[in-house]
Amino acid sequence: MTTASAPLTTARGEAALGRVSWVRNPWVVFLARRLGRLLVSVAFLVTLAFLMIHLIPGDPVRAALGISAPPELVAARQESLGLNDPIVVQYVNYVKALFSGDLGVSMTSGVAVSETIGQRLPASAGLAAGAFTVVMIVSIPLGLCMAVLTRGGRRRGTELGFTSTSAVVAAIPEFLLAVGLVFVFGVTLGWLPVAGRDGLSSYILPVLALSLGPALLMARIVRVEALSVLEQDFVRTARAKRLPHWRVYLRHVFPNALTSTLTIGGLLLSAMIVGTVLVENVFAWPGMGMTIVQSILSKDYPLVQGIVLVYGVAVLLVNLLVDLMLAVVDPRSTIREA
Amino acid sequence: MRLEHWRSAMRSPVGAVAATLLAAFAVLAVIAPMIWGDAAEETEPAALSQGSSSEHLLGTDALGRDIALRVLVATRFSLGLALMATSISVVIGIILGVLPAVLGRRTGRLVVAVVNLAVAFPALLLALVFAVVFGIGSHGAVLAIGAAGAPSFARLVQTNVASVAGRDYVSAARVAGVSRLRLVVRHLLPNIGEPLVVNATVMAGTALLAFAGLSFLGLGVQPPSYDWGRLLGEGLDRIYLNPAAALAPGVAVVLAGLAFTLMGEAIAQVVGIRTGMFRTLDAAPVPVARAESAGDDDAVLVAEDLRVAFPAAGDGWTRPVDGVSLTVRRGETVGIVGESGSGKSLTALALARLTPENAAVSATRLEFAGEPLLGRSDAEVGRLLGTSLAMVFQDPMTSFNPSMRVGAQLAEVTRTHEGHSREEALERAVDRLRKVHIPVPERRARQYPHEFSGGMRQRAMIGMGLMSTPSLIIADEPTTALDVTVQRQVLRLLRDVQRDSGAAVVLISHDIAVVSQMCQRIVVMYAGRIVEELPVDQLASAAHPYTRTLFGSVPDMTTDRERPLATIPGRPPDPGARPGGCAFAPRCTFADERCAEAPELAVVGARQRAACWHPRQEPVPVTAAAETGDRI
Ligand code: SF4
Repeated sequence: MTTASAPLTTARGEAALGRVSWVRNPWVVFLARRLGRLLVSVAFLVTLAFLMIHLIPGDPVRAALGISAPPELVAARQESLGLNDPIVVQYVNYVKALFSGDLGVSMTSGVAVSETIGQRLPASAGLAAGAFTVVMIVSIPLGLCMAVLTRGGRRRGTELGFTSTSAVVAAIPEFLLAVGLVFVFGVTLGWLPVAGRDGLSSYILPVLALSLGPALLMARIVRVEALSVLEQDFVRTARAKRLPHWRVYLRHVFPNALTSTLTIGGLLLSAMIVGTVLVENVFAWPGMGMTIVQSILSKDYPLVQGIVLVYGVAVLLVNLLVDLMLAVVDPRSTIREA
Repeated sequence: MRLEHWRSAMRSPVGAVAATLLAAFAVLAVIAPMIWGDAAEETEPAALSQGSSSEHLLGTDALGRDIALRVLVATRFSLGLALMATSISVVIGIILGVLPAVLGRRTGRLVVAVVNLAVAFPALLLALVFAVVFGIGSHGAVLAIGAAGAPSFARLVQTNVASVAGRDYVSAARVAGVSRLRLVVRHLLPNIGEPLVVNATVMAGTALLAFAGLSFLGLGVQPPSYDWGRLLGEGLDRIYLNPAAALAPGVAVVLAGLAFTLMGEAIAQVVGIRTGMFRTLDAAPVPVARAESAGDDDAVLVAEDLRVAFPAAGDGWTRPVDGVSLTVRRGETVGIVGESGSGKSLTALALARLTPENAAVSATRLEFAGEPLLGRSDAEVGRLLGTSLAMVFQDPMTSFNPSMRVGAQLAEVTRTHEGHSREEALERAVDRLRKVHIPVPERRARQYPHEFSGGMRQRAMIGMGLMSTPSLIIADEPTTALDVTVQRQVLRLLRDVQRDSGAAVVLISHDIAVVSQMCQRIVVMYAGRIVEELPVDQLASAAHPYTRTLFGSVPDMTTDRERPLATIPGRPPDPGARPGGCAFAPRCTFADERCAEAPELAVVGARQRAACWHPRQEPVPVTAAAETGDRI
């Protein structure tokens, strides 16, 4: 995940900071570099969101209002959206507005986009957070157990069962799992609510649908990583110290499998954040995912833009968090070497 | 991808399943619309939204159309759209992927940077953005999914291109003045074809799922057209009335997606991305009951007829250690020498009960301080050896846990075995680090292994062994991975430690010079067996032809340690293909018919035993370096 932009930002960072002594502190350099990368990514995201509207062939306002809309209304709307200004001016205005927290106004409801997002965000965030927690709680112990059970080619049957089951389940996309869960627990058994957000029980199915695949995928990765760590010399050293098995696994094997677990965990979390879009639409979950689909369908572009920005920033923050955690967890990582 | 690759991919169970599924889908895609195309459009006002019946296997939709037929007919559209989107991803991906190699440095970097930025966002988010740009409907969705998949494919191409770009033939072509474009088309792309094919296959599965998702959301295929995602979305609305209407297209999507993914995996396996299978150990030789004890009270370690076997390809076993008998007395230093592959390191691991999981260890006797080690649980062995056996491994770079502070790694020993508190244990760790001459041990204890130099790490490893009071230290090539100057420090430390603690030392090395300086007794191993055992002051009277060549070619500190035995023609036999009889016979100048039978260790002189039918008597022409010993 080291990007080509990294050298660029360091070079700039170091030039700006001059000869101040704390520049030597690898943590400072690391943080500066990482924040620089975040800024570049956010700029990319904002540009993407801005261009989204301008790349639409034809006139977005006409497209949104329909062919039958009176030309005066179209013109007025274009004016109010500033679409008649030169594109550079529009871009500058867009970025300026963003800085003041203004995401624009919905073209269909006239409500401020930020207000709608504020209402919808908690439901989506709750879903993603719940699913991520389940993934972590399930996958790490499961993966470690599987590694221990199947180490050195033991229990081929268990290994085959685990790898094939997890491969198949992980290959099922979340919205199909969701449909399956609705069928089993809603339609057939009638145990759990299948639509809407109402109390804790309404979380169960959407969270399961979101987390099942990633949890098994992650467990596979933890297992493979732990198995490869088990082959390392320092595990032999730990065995030579005659430590209890649990200590060897928890203290020596797991922390060294953590790097890739975290990396993959971050990717899974970003995918899950966006995966909520589909799951929300299966469960009629009143989050941003429902809203973005509705607003794409009704061509409410400012709202789409706003939600895309929120998803994008959430993903970038997850990436940043993962990088920071990696830096803390792995003493050999970039920071110290910087 | 060569033809035989495809063939062997098909032959693996996974590949066979995937290929069958794909073939079935392909056939369906071709014939289903032709046969049932019209029937699937037929509305039946008398049978709206029905459940499964004999007439309509999976029921009917809101307009009374047969769902089973619609699912079958939708195969063509669903697969076709997915493949189109995949081709778009692949084409854009390849273009973006090779651009950095074609363009100049700067522009190239820019492309890489943009791709990296785009890859950070999940494909679904990009697909939603592009769906807005390209418009709702199947065309827009194909473009959107294609564009959304492009960055990750581009990244893949970039990494693969970068990995071959440095190869000789590419440099050669570059020197020859081949144009950049031609370089890419003729030299780079053909050589990364395999991973690209694998990933494009997997990507087709992903595109199929993504498409189903978009159509399900209502952003993809629009009525009256339909694909699986669309059918699924319509079915979900009436899942309480007719679950099959939602489940059938769902199953179709999953099966098709899996078929592509599995196909990719099968190809990847054939192309050689993963190999290496372990066999189970059910046929492992059982530890032999122990023979009468030899009554050696003075012995720290006694091993008799120690064997280590690994399951080999096919049904057999390889036996890298094949009947080693060794006794180490208290305070003694014993050196085990031999070429790599002689089984000396594995012997050390077996003595310490640290062999890899899939090794089968047997011995007629294996005792540590009078207590048998075989046939005991790990916990019992741990109690026996935890405080009294210390190990020093070859590579100090990899033998420490990189994510744990050095002090904590030392402290762990006494915390586990002597129940020390964290502070007590850490205090002792600092003390031991000081003992092994680590400067500023208080600070060093808080550092991570990578902050130590190699020599320092090896000293810390010795310090780790000293956390308790070891009666035996087994050091396996402790200096091989170190610089010459550092080697001496470590050896000197080992000798001091041995003198101070009174522990016995087993030093394993391929380096005669090291062993002869450190040890009182030398054990020579060849092809998994001991061929000679002799006191260090009798090196000149070595009797076994192998030992004699070994000692005759003693290197000094400046020779290349990796090839100390270059003077003996031939190579030691592979553990899997050892000749019957004396294993040294093919390289031995004294071999005759008798050597077709394996010689046993037999006394040939004072405190000296050799396994040879024709032991030599005349003195070895020892080189100066070995005689003077260049004492450490
Ligand atoms: S037994 Fe024969 S072949 Fe083996 S070392 Fe002695 S003389 Fe050579």
